[in-house]
Amino acid sequence: MRKYIIKRILISVVILFFVSFIIYTLMRCLPTSYIENMARQKSMQPGSKSFEEWMAQLARDYGMNTGIVAGFFTWLKNAVQLNFGQSWFYTVDVVQKFNETIWISFTMGAIAFFFEIIIAIPLGILAATKQYSKTDYIISVIALAGISLPTFFLTSLLKLIFSVKLGWFDLFGLVGRNYLQLSAWGQFLDKANHLILPILTLIIISIGSLMRYTRTNMLEVLNADYIRTARAKGLSERKVIYHHAFRNTLIPLVTIIGGSLPGLFSGALFTETVFAIDGIGYTSYQAMVAGDIPFSMFYMAFLAVLTLLGNLIADVLYAVVDPRVRIA
Amino acid sequence: MDEKKVNAPVETPEKPQYSLNDDRRVKVLSPGMLVAKRFIRNRLAVTGLSVLIFMFLFSFVGGIISPYGEDQLFYKTDMLNREFANFSENTEFRYAARDSKLFSSPVQAQVRLAISNGASGFTYKVSGADVTYAMQQDSEDLYSVYSGGELVGIAYKDIVTASDGVTKLSFDFIYAALKAYVAEEETFTVDGVTYTLDETGGISSDAGEIAYVSRYVVQAILPDVVFSRDFKVKLIAAIQNGETTFTYTDASLVADEESTEPDGDEGETGGIATDDEMPEQPQAPVSATAEYTIERSQNHAGWIIRQKQSSHLYDKYSFPSAAHWLGTDGHGMDMLTRLMYGGRVSLMIGFIVVIMETVLGVIFGGIAGYFGGWVDNLIMRLVDIFYCIPSYPVLIILGAAMDNQRLDPKLRMIYLMLILGFLGWAGIARLVRGQILSLREQEFMTATEACGISVSHRIFKHLVPNVIPQLIVNCTMSLGSVIITEASLSFLGLGVKFPFASWGNIINDVNNIHVLTTYWFIWIPAGVLLLLTVLAFNLVGDGLRDAFDPKMKR
Repeated sequence: MRKYIIKRILISVVILFFVSFIIYTLMRCLPTSYIENMARQKSMQPGSKSFEEWMAQLARDYGMNTGIVAGFFTWLKNAVQLNFGQSWFYTVDVVQKFNETIWISFTMGAIAFFFEIIIAIPLGILAATKQYSKTDYIISVIALAGISLPTFFLTSLLKLIFSVKLGWFDLFGLVGRNYLQLSAWGQFLDKANHLILPILTLIIISIGSLMRYTRTNMLEVLNADYIRTARAKGLSERKVIYHHAFRNTLIPLVTIIGGSLPGLFSGALFTETVFAIDGIGYTSYQAMVAGDIPFSMFYMAFLAVLTLLGNLIADVLYAVVDPRVRIA
Repeated sequence: MDEKKVNAPVETPEKPQYSLNDDRRVKVLSPGMLVAKRFIRNRLAVTGLSVLIFMFLFSFVGGIISPYGEDQLFYKTDMLNREFANFSENTEFRYAARDSKLFSSPVQAQVRLAISNGASGFTYKVSGADVTYAMQQDSEDLYSVYSGGELVGIAYKDIVTASDGVTKLSFDFIYAALKAYVAEEETFTVDGVTYTLDETGGISSDAGEIAYVSRYVVQAILPDVVFSRDFKVKLIAAIQNGETTFTYTDASLVADEESTEPDGDEGETGGIATDDEMPEQPQAPVSATAEYTIERSQNHAGWIIRQKQSSHLYDKYSFPSAAHWLGTDGHGMDMLTRLMYGGRVSLMIGFIVVIMETVLGVIFGGIAGYFGGWVDNLIMRLVDIFYCIPSYPVLIILGAAMDNQRLDPKLRMIYLMLILGFLGWAGIARLVRGQILSLREQEFMTATEACGISVSHRIFKHLVPNVIPQLIVNCTMSLGSVIITEASLSFLGLGVKFPFASWGNIINDVNNIHVLTTYWFIWIPAGVLLLLTVLAFNLVGDGLRDAFDPKMKR
């Protein structure tokens, strides 16, 4: 087991190396960069140096005057020491900006994840036990609709209903207009109020896949021989489903839930952007659009790490939960 | 499934009687028919399929049937309060020179100074020599300036304007008219001609009115607008009465209007505009009777006259009507037609991207699965790397870079498809490889090897067809997700760009709060179409999976 994990981690490191190299090359090869825009602006000012001179100076200042490969290894050397440089767009340390923004994203993700689990799993099981019934059809269609709903359309609908028509929530932002005048408790409530719609969005769009996954796996278990045996020996339906079937369904569920834990840190790019909440998703969106290489590099490498970590956790958990599975 | 084909029914013209336990009594369906039958029994999948058929008809046929073009602009005529004229009372002295050499602008400034000082004359150096000027006050607002007993110029506040058709007024005439005006005389004589002056300031000779005197200045804001005397008189009267609106009928235009009846449905015939060629704004129809509003200007130095005029505008955000079933969008284009063309773009991008993904995925997955060993290892690590590249960030960065480059929208769409296809093949490669790994060990593969069939034939003719059921299911599902990805990017303004429509960039308008709150018809239909299409693809994919794999029973 330990050998397997070590092997997987080593492979992941190699993959990570190539992924970051590809991303770095991509960012450096873009025809118009942040530096170019900046040099163009500076050279427009009266009495300024020419565009070429500004380009040369800025490239030197930002450490972009080296070749792509050399630049990548410089970045890698610093990144290994957890030094990701300064963000060009935010003009602060990348890690500092990350620390400022990650927790709000994590809070949103965690709350949404909690609700997702307590809603999706029971409904998935219900649909599976009543296969081909009306309930099953309704749940299946709702699950698929959740998957098919584009985030931006859902947020617009929610805003129209809850913010515009009912006036319960603000359209944008994390804090209200009079946030600074509120007491500590009031500030907390204000933030919570502003987070309701984004979290609702996250729940609705992510609930479908877990619901379907639960249903599929529950169906598979319900068709298994040991369930037939359990029924044959005269156990009550309740006992069959919740004792025998559900516990076996937990195997794939725990795996997938464990695998998606790292994803809680990845931020919700679209939801945060549409609601203008300064989480990691919105922050990196702005940085990426501006062409901020240090921040974008950091964010994408971070996402790659999360993906790899998620896969690793899922695979390991699979073996841990199900003793029949052997991993080599 | 190939093996099942052996059991295909043998068609026999006359139906012979078989014994009860004869196999031939049982009607056997081909595998394809079996799948189709199972698919049709699934109500949800059939619903999805019909939604998809509707979407295709809507997008590809609808665009042809629709009377409007993709980027056809519509206009409307609307009453608009345009700033028309400035009206002010003249409080500054104006100057007229009889001898421009002796009454140049520095001299005029001296006159102004002398008036405010109350002096009756001044000395000023004109072309090296001191010239003495004497001033005579004809009234508070009219001074005449003499030099050596000769009249050289006047300073005045009331303005003499030539009537329409009169070319130029001589200095002597102006002076005489002003003198008569301030003295409130009714007649005056210049060069032997007698003129009469009425109480509104009109000056007429025997031939008719030739000029008028007035303290008020009416300045046109729009170019080539000339005010008639009649208009000015009525306007002054209205302002003096403290009115805020007045209506004026231009007699010279009444005749014109009757002859040129305006076209009834001008709003329907918009020109087609391309990006670099804006349509010629049709000339605003000038009506004879116009309504004007009068209000004090901000610094209270005068009045602003606004003309209520019908003007030709882009028909923006008009509500659904018989001509435009879903209204018009922010550019003044027909929403329903935009939706049709948007569907075309969204569906086409979806299909092209999925085809690219599938081709790449099948090639790489097929090679990896068939050869195994180090080739497999290499390709699978490549797949791992592509799996790990965060696609949305990459797409956003590339989109922003293309924004900076101001790339041609059409080229951009092609790049978008290439990038999406290039980023998405890893999943399919993994699926194909997994299937082929298990199929490779089966007997029919040993048979192909024994027959000496070439490797590429073995992979693509014998292995890949057996993966096709899973491939079809996967493609159907990923069509939905590609469409969502494209729409999301377009929503952020980084995908398909104007003038092309896509469901995503139609919804993009919702970023404008006003559209979100008021103009539901702009974004809700596009969102619903998007949702329905993706949902339908998923339902059909589900249905196909169940149909291909009856073991799983959905």
